[in-house]
Amino acid sequence: MGAVVLRGGAPYGLDPHDIVIDDGVITAMTPSNQSGSNALPAEGVELELDASGCTVIPGLVDLHTHLREPGREDAETIATGSQAAAMGGFTCVHAMANTSPVADTAGVVEQVWRRGVEAGIVDVRPVGAVTVGLKGEQLAELGAMASSAASVRVFSDDGLCVHDPLLMRRALEYVKTFDGVVAQHAQDPRLTEAAQMNEGALSARLGLAGWPAVAEEAIIARDVLLAEHVGSRLHVCHVSTAGSVEVIRWAKTRGIPVTAEVTPHHLLLTEELVESFDPIYKVNPPLRRAEDVHALREAVVEGTIDIIATDHAPHPREDKDCEWAAAAMGMVGLETALGIAVEVFIESGLLTWRDLADRMSTIPARIGQVADQGMPIAPGSAANITVWDPSPQGPLEVDALVGKSGNSPYLGRQMPGTVRHVLFRGRPSVVDGALA
Amino acid sequence: MQMLGKHLLSAGDLDRAQALMILDTTAELASVTERSVKKLPTLRGRTVVNLFFEDSTRTRLSFELAAKRLSADVITFSAKGSSVSKGESLKDTALTLEAMGADAVIVRHGASGAPYRLATAGWIDGSVINAGDGTHEHPTQALLDAYTLRSHICGGQGDLQGVHVVIVGDVLHSRVARSNVLLLHTLGAEVTLVAPPTLIPVGVESWPCSVSYHLDDALMQADAVMMLRVQAERMAGSYFPSTLEYSRLYGLDAPRLELLKDRAIVMHPGPMNRGLEISADVADSSRAVIVEQVANGVNVRMACLYLLLGGAGSQAGGD
Repeated sequence: MGAVVLRGGAPYGLDPHDIVIDDGVITAMTPSNQSGSNALPAEGVELELDASGCTVIPGLVDLHTHLREPGREDAETIATGSQAAAMGGFTCVHAMANTSPVADTAGVVEQVWRRGVEAGIVDVRPVGAVTVGLKGEQLAELGAMASSAASVRVFSDDGLCVHDPLLMRRALEYVKTFDGVVAQHAQDPRLTEAAQMNEGALSARLGLAGWPAVAEEAIIARDVLLAEHVGSRLHVCHVSTAGSVEVIRWAKTRGIPVTAEVTPHHLLLTEELVESFDPIYKVNPPLRRAEDVHALREAVVEGTIDIIATDHAPHPREDKDCEWAAAAMGMVGLETALGIAVEVFIESGLLTWRDLADRMSTIPARIGQVADQGMPIAPGSAANITVWDPSPQGPLEVDALVGKSGNSPYLGRQMPGTVRHVLFRGRPSVVDGALA
Repeated sequence: MQMLGKHLLSAGDLDRAQALMILDTTAELASVTERSVKKLPTLRGRTVVNLFFEDSTRTRLSFELAAKRLSADVITFSAKGSSVSKGESLKDTALTLEAMGADAVIVRHGASGAPYRLATAGWIDGSVINAGDGTHEHPTQALLDAYTLRSHICGGQGDLQGVHVVIVGDVLHSRVARSNVLLLHTLGAEVTLVAPPTLIPVGVESWPCSVSYHLDDALMQADAVMMLRVQAERMAGSYFPSTLEYSRLYGLDAPRLELLKDRAIVMHPGPMNRGLEISADVADSSRAVIVEQVANGVNVRMACLYLLLGGAGSQAGGD
């Protein structure tokens, strides 16, 4: 397509600029107040997008997404998940391996990757399983997945913990061959049998089996020591407790190459919501205490937790329309992640837009080793761009979610703005808040 | 009559006045139970559904009898195999009952919070009474226990101010303990929980009661001791080394009975494991009020149904 001009948006919330995109690349940027359209190519402009009053940031990169395909196409497909991602301002998602069949072979990851290319509105980067069938018994063919067309670099048994310490050690060592990273779902299985919610005063009162913080923290402690021992990169999925933050902070101080993510819901919601027994709030790891939320925010600000990742986990209605114990764990999050992050970090002044762009785009792209993603809003960068409109929104309605499932804990919540436009490799995927 | 809410889900929902109203109503209804014709017309034409996802013959019969004595139409829906085990879902069951026009649903469910879902998810309009949900609560059990305590220790009147109740056993998994701690505290009683640390929930510090690991010390202070059922399968979860050791440390046997004050009573929500948490001679002793608890259970449940449903739509008074 011809050139696209994004007019009047403020990169990183600073001064408004007109941005010219041609052939998938940012070719020019001029301050809006000095420009006139004559600063821009007069010919070949195919599309002009108004971004006045908006903030322009690199397209978001999610390191932790469940797209459910293959196997649970009733909950989400790669196509619908891609749409949800685009609407949320993402230009790249990492599709977790806990599908059916499990993404533990080159064949499955290539299929997921191809379906992503077909959908064509975000980069879908398959995550490979660490162990065959997520069973935690035997390493999956990590090398084959790495050298496949999908060129997998992130490996995870997410949903389940690679609990066997020897297997975890081997996985950490093995992925060094292709500079991969193991993303650990840190949950000691024995300490969390039948666990339903955070363990503490509230679980005691509600009579729901507890998921103790130590079950996460003990695994992270073990894994950072293993990573140090074998000199490998480790990534920790969905950190949820203050204690985990302390362990990771200690590991980073020691120079251990560990990165960590936190979900928007763990940055905002607390366990008190479980009192309603409404399974919309059932998620793994569970919602924790206000002290944990506070520690997690602080960790994001100081960089102990490197990135925000959605853990987008779609479930069909019937899996939430039931009693707590029977309900599935997880929340959808692609469409709301940026809004929640803005509420928590931008509106409070805890982070600048540039800081937030690092944590939701640049750093996750680096951890996942995705080319052309997370690049700065500057001439020469690949044109993966998200435009955030800070006009206040009405209460979030389920119809506003374009993914296949509506299990969002934020329904009815006032969002602080909306994604107005998204460019994926120079092409609009979202225009004026709707799929292009 | 509108002093109670629409539902009875947690003992913690009752304030002192509401709890006393239920106990006083129970006392009035108890006199009916003593008549030869044990029936009141209060709930004539109303439909009460016993919805039991878990086997519990005694609780089910108790509620059934209570509703029948108030002249309600009673149906029992034994939905063994909840949606946890992929039977019919709670929602579909609820919609079915709603279609049948249930005025009250008495629900026993293996999942904590299931009665809350029934009451709040918009599936049904009627009142919901929690007849035991998972390891959460069993409010009518706490009410019948409070009634039993009051009649033995407080002359059948007022609250339980200053009464010391010791609850012994598997507190972690006990809905009876949770409801009792809340209600007995509301009524002014002092509660001490006694159990091995493995069977006390993390977070118990926030409960309005004290905790001890030593039964003998606690017994000496008690006006009443309530023994909880210990399920032998807990052993598999490493909660205690053996049933023998449990029984030795936390079982109520004849020598321990001697430690109790003269007028102290022994309670058990049933069904008992004789020889495990309570020895046969204690269960059959004159201090045991276990059978009386069962009788009080019917009256307390009559009172709950009467107060929750007796208002709008019923014909007041007898004819």
